[in-house]
Amino acid sequence: MFRRRRVFRDAGAATVIDWTALAVFLVLFGGVTVLGFMAANFQRGDLNVLHEWGLAGRRFGTVITWFLLGGDVYTAYTFVAVPALATGLGALAFFPMVLITVTCYPLVFIFGPRFWTIAHKRHYITYADFARDRFDSKALELAVAGTGIIAVMLYIALQLVGLQVAIKALGLTGTGLAGDLPVIAAFAILAVYTYRGGLRAPALVAVVKDVLIYVTAVVAVIVVPLQLGGFAHVFTLAQAALASAAKPASTTLAQSQYMAYVSLGVGSGLALFMYPNNITAVLSAKGTDVVRRNMALLPVYSLMLGLIALSGYMAVASGLRLTTPNDAIPMLYQRYFPSWFFGVSMAAIAIGALVPAAVMSIAAANLYTRNIHLALFAKPLSDAQETTVAKLSSLIVKIGALTAVLFLPAQFSIYYQLFAGSLVIQTLPTVLFGLYTKWFHRHALLAGWATGIAVALWMIVSSHFVSTFTLVFLGVPVSCFIAVWALAADLIVAAALTFAFDGLKIPRGTDRTSPDDFVEAATYPQPR
Amino acid sequence: MSVPPRSEGSRRWWYSLLAVPLVATAFPQFYAQGGPALIGIPFFYWYQLVWTILAGCFVGVVYFATRGRPR
Repeated sequence: MFRRRRVFRDAGAATVIDWTALAVFLVLFGGVTVLGFMAANFQRGDLNVLHEWGLAGRRFGTVITWFLLGGDVYTAYTFVAVPALATGLGALAFFPMVLITVTCYPLVFIFGPRFWTIAHKRHYITYADFARDRFDSKALELAVAGTGIIAVMLYIALQLVGLQVAIKALGLTGTGLAGDLPVIAAFAILAVYTYRGGLRAPALVAVVKDVLIYVTAVVAVIVVPLQLGGFAHVFTLAQAALASAAKPASTTLAQSQYMAYVSLGVGSGLALFMYPNNITAVLSAKGTDVVRRNMALLPVYSLMLGLIALSGYMAVASGLRLTTPNDAIPMLYQRYFPSWFFGVSMAAIAIGALVPAAVMSIAAANLYTRNIHLALFAKPLSDAQETTVAKLSSLIVKIGALTAVLFLPAQFSIYYQLFAGSLVIQTLPTVLFGLYTKWFHRHALLAGWATGIAVALWMIVSSHFVSTFTLVFLGVPVSCFIAVWALAADLIVAAALTFAFDGLKIPRGTDRTSPDDFVEAATYPQPR
Repeated sequence: MSVPPRSEGSRRWWYSLLAVPLVATAFPQFYAQGGPALIGIPFFYWYQLVWTILAGCFVGVVYFATRGRPR
């Protein structure tokens, strides 16, 4: 086996502090903290109004929206988890690279501007706002909002896992509370500047984060293979190591994996813009053409994710002994990068965790304030009160996610993404189809949503937390992403019950939107 | 919202281009293979990497072709 005769700096979970790397990390982290606090003054608006705090006044242009959406969709956890997955699963782990891209961006190119238009016209800030008006259903509003909040909290917890990985790799380890202190501190800083600046804070920080991640990805894809003797060598070594692993895998996708590969990619692509945080970033754009342009430009991030995913094979090829797969990226970079650049790359991951965590907590806060608080307390809020509720709930969401990560066993966290995606995709019939048709009955959509969630949970548990589930059709076993099966169940129930409820003449309620609400204006006056 | 039928028709046609990247990648049987490799990267990987960028190009083409028309 190939072994490099080098001093092993990667002694499992690093126990020695690399002071150069740590210093670079702290400087960059300090820099974005200052930027986060200054963000309240960026494209100034009245931060006591919810759409100013929670959507930055819908005034971001193409470039800021691109950084914000890229920073929000391609999270620290993605950059840690996808290569980690490749070290164990081989080729199957590469589904996020292209299949999510070719599914979601063309789709959002079509429906994103339509949702932006009606949201602008009717002052919506969440999908749940739309569901309530379109289907005249408080229950549907609560279902969409609740699903979104739970999915987002799971995803924030994943960002914390990414943050932990980066901080641990720098040698900041300890037992008990002392070990968790750096993560808590980083998160507290984030909480304060988000509270102050709202969506403007992650938008500015995202620019720094994305530049750092791009630099890291490009350097990694050039420097590491050069030291390992070229890509051909990397793939040969990775294939040998994967094939001889306890659970054998391959760098070649097997025929039996095609269906799983495609359904994981397409299903994740469909779920992606059902996440409340991603649509929050879409709504913060200043016009529909900004949204459209971004759908053409965002695939650049997918290319970068693909390059970073290849790092998983480099980690396998270089024979790193990983205590957990999530250490693949930090340990690889630690071995092949000079200390200062290792510090840069870990800062990129840590800051890459904070940007989406901020957008997610804002999205959850918007949902709670607009769609749940009012239902619970049934007392109309003034603009300022509404914003205060949102700011406070953004803090509560973060504390909830932090508690989940610090007190639940770490091995649970890899299932969070599976749960989040399988749950949030169940809002698709209401939101996406609802944008184009009123054919579905409101109670049928609700029943479909409940069925989809029940099916997803049942499949996840009975398959012992694997992301695909095998059903047998006419003797042919079909292995497919659980979220896709559950969405199919959701749609079948929603369609069947629509016929049933219409037959029984159960009232459909009044659609409070009008066809004119969906018509784009030539230009939109910018808020002052 | 009165849209001339001709412009409506050609707009629809452009939108169908959005499906091309998905169709090109939805069948791994056509690209799940090792060769031809590019700078040592097996076909399976570089084919998909190329399509991430082509996906953006297709969306861009549709954007410019349908820009400024009644939507």
